[in-house]
Amino acid sequence: MATVEIRNVRKSYGPVEAIKGIDIAIQDGEFLVLLGPSGCGKSTLLRMVAGLEGITGGEIAIGGRVVNHLDPKDRDIAMVFQNYALYPHMTVFDNMAYGLKIRGIPKAEIRARVDKAANILELGRFLDRRPSQLSGGQRQRVAMGRAIVREPAAFLFDEPLSNLDAKLRTQMRVEIKRLQDRLGITSLYVTHDQVEAMTLADRILVMNHGVAEQIGTPLEVYQRPASLFVAGFIGSPPMNVLDGRIDDRGEAVLLPGGQRLALPQARPTDAGRPVKLGIRPEHMAVAAQDFSGGFSIEVELVEALGADTVVYGRLPDGESLLVRMAGIPTVRERDRLTVAPQDGALHLFDAVTGRRME
Amino acid sequence: MQRRVTFDNRLLPYLLLAPQVAVTLVFFIWPAANAIWQSVHLQDAFGIRSEFVWFENFTNVLGDPNYLDTLKVTVVFSLAVTVLAMGLALLLAVLADSKIKGARAYKTLLIWPYALAPAVAAVLWMFIFNPDIGSFGRALRALGYDWDYRLNGGQALTMVIMAASWKQVSYNFIFFLAGLQAIPRSVMEAASIDGAGPVRRFWTITFPLLSPTTFFLLVVDMVYAFFETFGTIHALTQGGPGKATETLIFRVYQDGVVNNDLGGSSAQSVILMVIVIALTAVQFRFVERKVHYS
Ligand SMILES: Nc1ncnc2c1ncn2[C@@H]1O[C@H](COP(=O)(O)OP(=O)(O)OP(=O)(O)O)[C@@H](O)[C@H]1O
Ligand SMILES: [Mg+2]
Repeated sequence: MATVEIRNVRKSYGPVEAIKGIDIAIQDGEFLVLLGPSGCGKSTLLRMVAGLEGITGGEIAIGGRVVNHLDPKDRDIAMVFQNYALYPHMTVFDNMAYGLKIRGIPKAEIRARVDKAANILELGRFLDRRPSQLSGGQRQRVAMGRAIVREPAAFLFDEPLSNLDAKLRTQMRVEIKRLQDRLGITSLYVTHDQVEAMTLADRILVMNHGVAEQIGTPLEVYQRPASLFVAGFIGSPPMNVLDGRIDDRGEAVLLPGGQRLALPQARPTDAGRPVKLGIRPEHMAVAAQDFSGGFSIEVELVEALGADTVVYGRLPDGESLLVRMAGIPTVRERDRLTVAPQDGALHLFDAVTGRRME
Repeated sequence: MQRRVTFDNRLLPYLLLAPQVAVTLVFFIWPAANAIWQSVHLQDAFGIRSEFVWFENFTNVLGDPNYLDTLKVTVVFSLAVTVLAMGLALLLAVLADSKIKGARAYKTLLIWPYALAPAVAAVLWMFIFNPDIGSFGRALRALGYDWDYRLNGGQALTMVIMAASWKQVSYNFIFFLAGLQAIPRSVMEAASIDGAGPVRRFWTITFPLLSPTTFFLLVVDMVYAFFETFGTIHALTQGGPGKATETLIFRVYQDGVVNNDLGGSSAQSVILMVIVIALTAVQFRFVERKVHYS
């Protein structure tokens, strides 16, 4: 049990800067998810915490102790790898016991701890098998087991579920959440799957090109995305983003197609400023044909998903607009509709920097 | 499921196999059969008449105390060459596998000795260890050490062991390096996170995962030491001084070609063949059980 502090950490590979100064203090027992697209530096950051990658700049502290120059073995962490990285020549039991044996823990206690972990993970029947005799899901559990028997200060996960099929992934996700609640061990979890991030995290660190775009609870990240990047990355289908301009009185956003959307609060200081307007597809509803505060769209495609339906619309100026409606509405392709954003559904972003405008 | 190739022409498969079969027949089965035939015959000095003598050649060979000495030399020589060549190659491969500067050049240099003919390699060693003209040999003498492998049997054996191992190190190195590179990096990382230092990682992870390679090289190196070191010994010491570096294979040549005792030499060949077959069988039976194939 410990806090993990990452202070202005940087990483360069030669001239390439992969991590450009990340700051975060992870609370004791907190579950932090590192979320971002491929190549944004998630694994690099995690591996620096593990000690598998050198730290170019800044400091990492685990449990209040700066670990920059400690070997992985001295950091008291456990890690679950994407490819599980089990020891192929050892049985499941030995895989889990390896770290305990090295630490000189008495045989009886090793037995007890491994049995306990095997029970939790339902691996009891497989203790004498080799990893090659297990299914992907079972190997994944062994990797988890190897981490939990150690009772480390922190867990590190690098996309542990990405090699599993969809159903197993959901199941393991729930299991990881349950385990972490029960064990209360500080965890860093790398993924590019937003559903995993939203469901597992106490807080999410959204990364892009080696910087932290936003750090917040899953709801904060969803409801108040700090940048266009976060807005586009979280939510499915992604948020609609339209070019616009704040009118001369600072009371509404004007869109190129001539629509005028009233702002919840007047922003006189921003009058005339170009902005990006974000509206989530699920935060729009069909309005009366002649409603002035909405968008008139022509329906191009209807995707019925069962619980809800995604409507792909086209605005008069050719921009596309997605609307997600509950249930199975009676919308057809080539229909003309008026849709209006719900209260509080508008997100404004700076047209140049892409940062959220409060 | 296995894929089976079928041929329309029933003769074609035999035709395709024929060259391989022919090579095996001409260069292995025929001489081996010949050796077996000769090992139970006694020929006159001109090779005109021969007489069937049952196992007389064998009893003569095995009853000769000199032969047992040769056997002892062979065992020491083969074990030393195998252990030295494998140990050194493994050490070098581990170094080459870790991130060191100039790893590429280093790997290329290590592979070169394999491309040298045994006689050329032996001449090289002579230039180093010859007490009169060899650089190292002269240095040893200058330091007051009485180095002369032409007179001292122990020194001669040490030298041929070194020369023979040196040639085989390259071959072993390539296989060990490939084996090491096949071990997933994340497995080693997992072990270091689990608390294992470099030495423990080597003995508990690397070495067991390399065991198929090690086993294969063990068989190859034993066969090498028994048979293929003839050229090295011939060029360096001719089995001398005395019989200090005379191995079984060298003696086969000595008795058969130099001393013209074809029957005795053939009997020795047959014994040698049996020894190597037995060794290989034992290795497969007992060592392979401990080998982990992934
Ligand atoms: N050893 C290395 N040498 C040079 N560049 C590297 C090295 N390792 C990673 N990088 C670069 O650093 C950046 C971050 O890589 P990283 O592996 O952390 O990405 P990631 O966010 O984990 O992506 P993914 O989701 O695909 O695993 C990438 O642009 C990558 O090309
Ligand atoms: Mg990664």
